Amino acid sequence: MTEQKIRVLIAKPGLDGHDRGAKVIARALRDAGMEVIYTGLRQTPQMIAEAALQEDVDVVGLSILSGAHNALVPAVIDLLRHNGQENVLVFVGGIIPESDIPALKEAGACAVYGPGTTTTEVVETIRREVLGNPVG
Amino acid sequence: MTELAKAVLAGQRLALARLLTQVENDTPQGREALNALFPHTGRAHLVGITGAPGTGKSTLVSQLVRAYRQPQDGSLPSRMGVVAVDPTSPFTGGALLGDRVRMRDLSGDPGVFIRSMATRGALGGLAQRTAAVVQVLDAAGFDVIFIETVGAGQSEVDIARLALTTLVIAAPGAGDDIQASKAGILEIADILVVNKADQPGVDSAVRALQAMLGQATAASGKHLLHAPQEDAKEETTSGWEIPVLRTTATSGEGVHELVTAIRQHQDYLKESGNWEQRDQTRLQSELQSLLQSTLLARWRETVCDAHSQQTLDLLAMRKISPLQAVERLLENNQL
Ligand SMILES: Nc1nc2c(ncn2[C@@H]2O[C@H](COP(=O)(O)OP(=O)(O)OP(=O)(O)O)[C@@H](O)[C@H]2O)c(=O)[nH]1
Ligand SMILES: [Mg+2]
Repeated sequence: MTEQKIRVLIAKPGLDGHDRGAKVIARALRDAGMEVIYTGLRQTPQMIAEAALQEDVDVVGLSILSGAHNALVPAVIDLLRHNGQENVLVFVGGIIPESDIPALKEAGACAVYGPGTTTTEVVETIRREVLGNPVG
Repeated sequence: MTELAKAVLAGQRLALARLLTQVENDTPQGREALNALFPHTGRAHLVGITGAPGTGKSTLVSQLVRAYRQPQDGSLPSRMGVVAVDPTSPFTGGALLGDRVRMRDLSGDPGVFIRSMATRGALGGLAQRTAAVVQVLDAAGFDVIFIETVGAGQSEVDIARLALTTLVIAAPGAGDDIQASKAGILEIADILVVNKADQPGVDSAVRALQAMLGQATAASGKHLLHAPQEDAKEETTSGWEIPVLRTTATSGEGVHELVTAIRQHQDYLKESGNWEQRDQTRLQSELQSLLQSTLLARWRETVCDAHSQQTLDLLAMRKISPLQAVERLLENNQL
C-alpha cells in the first residue's frame, strides 16, 4: 500500500525570538493532513537547506519577522538549488512590505504571505502547488 | 541494482533522502532498492531510545551523537544516523515532527543524517516502515543508528525488537510513570537512564529503578523479550547487568559514561553471540509480519465479494462460528 504525504519544513531563520506564527502555521498544516517538520528558532540558511534535504520535503515554509527577508530568502533558495532540490517550493510568511514581494518572487519564492493571511489560504495553495508539480 | 540504490551506496545524501521517502511510502521503486541494498545491511549498531514524553530523549540523542562524533580516545568518529518518530494524528492524518528542534547542534556535520518519521497509524511507538528506513541507513554505511520512539509510555516491544541496544529514559518526579510502565521497562531495557539529573528527585528515581531491577532479576533472571518465538533459542543474559545511569542532557553531563555503556553493551552482544541472536529474532519477526500481510493481500485478491458477504451474514446469524467462517472462506479460494 502506498501512501503519499505532503512533507513540509517550517523554519524560523534570523535572530528574532518569536515563533508563535510559525507554530500556528505548522499546526494548521498538520491539521490539513500534512507532515510538518518543525526546526525551531534561529536557523541559518545552511541549517534549513540541510534539514530540507535530509527530510526530502516538498515545501519549505520560512517565517521571517526580523526584516532580513531580502537576504535570507534568496540564500535559502540558492542552497536548495545547489543541493539539487530545485523542485522544493518555498513559501514565505511574516512581516514583509508589499514592495519587497516582487523581488522575493523573482528569487524563486512561490508565495509570500503577510500577517492578514488565513491558514486555509496557505493550505490550499500548498495543496494546489504540490499536487500540480512533480514530487521530487 | 537501481540507480537510486547505487547512489545511496556511493554516499549521495540527496539520493538517500529520496530513497527514504520511497521506502516510507512503500513504492515499487523503494521495494526494489530495498532488495538490492539488503546484502549491505546488518553492520550498524541500532540503538533504540524510548521513554515517556518530555523526558529528554531528543536532547539526549543530540548529545550522544555529538559524543560519538568527537571520540575522546582518538578513534575515528562513527557515522551517525538518527530516525526520530512522532505520532500521526488519527483525526487528520497529519503530524507535527518536532524532534529536530533539539538536534540543532548537529547541523553542518556531514557525518550525521537525521530523518523524522510519522507513525502513520501504527501503534507501539514506531511507524510500520521504520525498520525499512533503518535498513537503508544501515546499508548507506552509518555505523550507529539511533531510533527515537514516540514514547507513548505503553509497552514498546517494537523498538526492542528492532534495536540491538535499547535505552529507556526516565526523568525524576516521574515515579508514577515508572511504576506504571514497570513491566514494559524491564522487558525492553538494556540500559536505564535517569535524565534531568539536575532536577530534584533524581536519587529516588535511580533507587526506584534499581529496586525494580533487583526484584526482576531475582524473579526470572532471563531477558524476556528477545526470545519471543517458541522455537527461538533463548538468549543468555548472564554477563550483562542493566546499568542505571544519570544524565543531564541539557549540559552533557553523564553523556560520555552513557556512550561507554552503549559501547560495552555492543561488545557484550558480540562476545556473547547475542548480536546474531537478536539479528535473527528481528529478521524472523519481520519475515513473519511480511508473510502475514502478503498472504492476506493475496488471499483478498482471490476471494469474491458475494462469498465473503455470505459468510459474514452466516456468522452474524450465528449459523457458523468464526473458525468455521475462516474454513469456509479458505475452502473456496485457492491460494
Ligand atoms: N532540566 C533539564 N531539562 C532537560 C534535560 N533534558 C531535556 N530537558 C528539557 O526537557 C524538554 C523536553 O526535551 P526533549 O528532548 O524534547 O524530550 P523528548 O523526550 O524527546 O520529548 P518528546 O519527543 O516530545 O517525547 C526540553 O525543554 C528540554 O530542554 C535535562 O537534563 N535537564
Ligand atoms: Mg523527542
